[in-house]
Amino acid sequence: MLAYTIYLSFAGALVLAVWPRAWNAAARVFALLVAIAGLAAALFGFVAASGQGTVAVADVAWIPAMGIHYTLAADGISRVLVLLTGLAAVAGILFSWNIGQKDGDRANEFFAFFLALIGGVYGVFLSVDLFLLFVFYEIAIVPKYFLIAIWGSTRREYGAMKLALYSFAGSAMVLIGLLAAYATAGSHTMNLYALAQYPFPVSFQMWAFPLVFTGFAILAGMWPFHTWAPTGHVAAPTAASMLLAGVVMKLGAYGCLRVAMTLFPHGLDPWRFSFLGIDSWRTVFALLAVIGIVYGAAVALVQNDFKFVIGYSSVSHMGFVLLGLLTLTQIGINGAVLQMFSHGIIAGLLFATVGRIVYERTHTRDLSALSKLQLGKAMPFAAWVFVIAGMASMGLPGFSGFIAEVQVIAGAWRAFPLFAVIAGLGIVVGVAYTWRAMQRAFFSDAPTLDANGAAVPIPQYEPITLAEKAAVLLLAGTSLLIGLYPKLLLDAIAPAVEALPHALLTGGRPW
Amino acid sequence: MVTVNLGALFSVTLPETILEIVSLLVLVVDLGLLRRSTQSVRMGWACVLGVLGCGVSAVWLGSHAGVVTSVGGLLAGTPLVAAAQIGIVVLTALVLLLSIKAEFSRNPGEYVAVVLLATAGMMLVTAARDLLIIFVALELLSLSLYVLTGFAKSSALSAEAALKYYLFGGMSAALMLFGFSYMYGLTGTTNLAGIAAALATQGVSPLLVVALVMVAAGLGFKVAAVPFQLWAPDTYQSAPAPVAALIASGSKVASFAVLVALTSGLASGAYSQVASWTVLLLCMAAGSIVLGNLAALVQTSVRRLLAYSAIAHAGYMLLGIAAHTDQSGAAVLYYVLTYALTTVGAFGVIAVVERSTGSDRMDTFAGLSRRNPLLAGTMLIFLLSLAGIPPLVGFWAKFNLFAAVLRAPAAGAWGLALVAIALGASAVSLYYYVQVLKRIYVVPGTSEEPIEVSALELSVLMLIALTVVAFGILPGLLSEWIPLG
Repeated sequence: MLAYTIYLSFAGALVLAVWPRAWNAAARVFALLVAIAGLAAALFGFVAASGQGTVAVADVAWIPAMGIHYTLAADGISRVLVLLTGLAAVAGILFSWNIGQKDGDRANEFFAFFLALIGGVYGVFLSVDLFLLFVFYEIAIVPKYFLIAIWGSTRREYGAMKLALYSFAGSAMVLIGLLAAYATAGSHTMNLYALAQYPFPVSFQMWAFPLVFTGFAILAGMWPFHTWAPTGHVAAPTAASMLLAGVVMKLGAYGCLRVAMTLFPHGLDPWRFSFLGIDSWRTVFALLAVIGIVYGAAVALVQNDFKFVIGYSSVSHMGFVLLGLLTLTQIGINGAVLQMFSHGIIAGLLFATVGRIVYERTHTRDLSALSKLQLGKAMPFAAWVFVIAGMASMGLPGFSGFIAEVQVIAGAWRAFPLFAVIAGLGIVVGVAYTWRAMQRAFFSDAPTLDANGAAVPIPQYEPITLAEKAAVLLLAGTSLLIGLYPKLLLDAIAPAVEALPHALLTGGRPW
Repeated sequence: MVTVNLGALFSVTLPETILEIVSLLVLVVDLGLLRRSTQSVRMGWACVLGVLGCGVSAVWLGSHAGVVTSVGGLLAGTPLVAAAQIGIVVLTALVLLLSIKAEFSRNPGEYVAVVLLATAGMMLVTAARDLLIIFVALELLSLSLYVLTGFAKSSALSAEAALKYYLFGGMSAALMLFGFSYMYGLTGTTNLAGIAAALATQGVSPLLVVALVMVAAGLGFKVAAVPFQLWAPDTYQSAPAPVAALIASGSKVASFAVLVALTSGLASGAYSQVASWTVLLLCMAAGSIVLGNLAALVQTSVRRLLAYSAIAHAGYMLLGIAAHTDQSGAAVLYYVLTYALTTVGAFGVIAVVERSTGSDRMDTFAGLSRRNPLLAGTMLIFLLSLAGIPPLVGFWAKFNLFAAVLRAPAAGAWGLALVAIALGASAVSLYYYVQVLKRIYVVPGTSEEPIEVSALELSVLMLIALTVVAFGILPGLLSEWIPLG
């Protein structure tokens, strides 16, 4: 069943690629139906597999001479992320409902690229064969360029090209590692689990691990390779920034866990020396993750462009995911996976509020300009949505972000106490920038009287559409549901984390 | 003295013979029967005849592959060679189909005849296992290509490109012949297997190194590897588009096939001899990868961009040749065949755009997705495949090639380092391919007027594009001919 998420998306993309121009307005309806079918398949697969470990989805010999198979399987982590992808796809299309109203906006192409991207993401989360995983990973990168460069806004060509080049530099690093692993193992297989059994020499893992980890972490927005993320997010059209922050950055983090850490667990071992207290790649990357948390939050605090605030907040939140993975503890990795899901939902909601609900009506994202518009009164719906999303993003109990970040910090406390404290500080800064953006955009003390003493009229904007309301309900409801009842997802995640290779979860090994 | 079985010789060389007969036939038909016909009718008939000749030749090759594997050690007829030869005739047929509408020449008969002669040369080079035959066949190929490059008689640039190509080519052919003569002097035979056997008993001599350098110069010129690449950008840019496609496709296949044969011959010799040959290849490979990719970044002409990208691709393939295992040789052939197919497609699109806009500058591609969505779609596939994006065949070819390099016993740290450089450089290469795609899909065009493309051209281009996708999704399709892994 889960495999249909991939097939439906690609089939939808193909149909939309040859969609007749005369039916432009219907393209979005078709795309929505495809996305809903994908979500239904993901949900069905998630429910049907509850309580089970890894479920096999498909296994066909693909290129027998090279030992490459078309192998799909889903453990709890994959199922959760596939579900996230389904939700983000549906919400993204609902928030793009305004594409296709005009003749010249190339709606069918937009949704074709969108669904191709979604199909690639589903594929990465389900692949077990590393060759297949890499193929899907690259398929997910190309459409992003076009989505941003064609339908984007601020400096779109620059943002799109930067994103594409960073992504490809990262995937080149990953490919070097994969090819080297394939050649070294010499066992004619690209199956993840088979390769993970192979005892790669520790010296090999010591250079392959950082290479592959960094390659994937570039896409996860790891500091200092994060700079593509804010510019890309800002340049992207709303649905694309929702996908970028919501699922594409998760691809990077997923790759770090599923490929880099699973294949080369001994890359995390301590070196024989220590430099300024840094004694392993694990500490190096954990340090970078913590810097990302604090740096992203601090930069978000001083942004004047509303979308940049959210863009940098994504860098900060993804830092939690990477930190959680590197704790190498059950609770930390649980938290990291839950944070992937949670941030995917919340970032989608935030980008939709800023990029779609507010920007499409006010045509500005400048916080000082927004503060004069009395948006709290003019657009109470937007204000409410942003308050909800902001609270979820801050990590307020009751929302999914809280339970995820608490677990990450609990795991980090065991592994790196100092980093845990600093990450906690990051949460405090997170409250500050969310609060500041909320206050300036929606609840500022704009003068209600002008210089002559007459009342400044509250601007009138187009009413909120049904599609927007539905998408908000979907995302906010999910975040609240998971926040109140995290067991829904944790029941799938925790056994999957427990089933990860033993070497991965016994960190801090001596030589 | 080598004894040659004449029946086997006939069987192995029949495909080339067919092409030569057809090339004469085309001349007779064009200059005799069609004298009074219009230009387009003559071109149409000449190309159709040429395509038919290629078809017959390919069918014979396909049905007789591996029947005679060797003719006295002079010519080889293994399935691998047959695969390369079939690839070459198919590429020539596609080039001819794409040149039916071309208007650069008033002598269609001569054009098609020379193209067929060049193709015969390519096929002979691919099969040759003797220095003299290699040289003669390469000269047949090269001289035909010099003529073809200058075929647009009304264009001064075409003449300039032909002269440059000819002067560089003549020089490099002389060097190569010089190298061959040293090899003969060292071993007393011109047969590749004989040379390998004789070299295995002697060590590395300065004379051998000189000979190897000379041969590398000659073949490096044919594949446009650094530092023998200077002719490529000018020739690619100024030759008539179908000719540029032929130079970039069939001629590349033939040259790489001979490099594979030569290297696998040398590889059976002593370690140190192989090592000196490998070092030469690796230097050329690294130079080509770096220079090709960096120079392509700043090009504004799409043809020059493809020329520099061709230099970079030659660098990747030289890595595979330097690894000199059976797998890497097969991987190089797979790579060069699929690369050539993709390049023919790309030149086909360029030819169409040039015809209606009059230039191959990148800016003339602006808005192509609006002006002709299907044409734009095929170019998207070709360029992404050249950049090595899955699920297109370019990715698979790269993966297969680099995996073969890393698995080769001869490749140690250098293999890993150069593969890393190559993969890094191919991430860079995405930038310039996307520059073209950006014009096609993102930048609005100066005119919205649809670009005319004939049904034949469009169907040929779409066929190539579909093949590129199909081989990408099912790379095993060719595995009967070219073994993988």
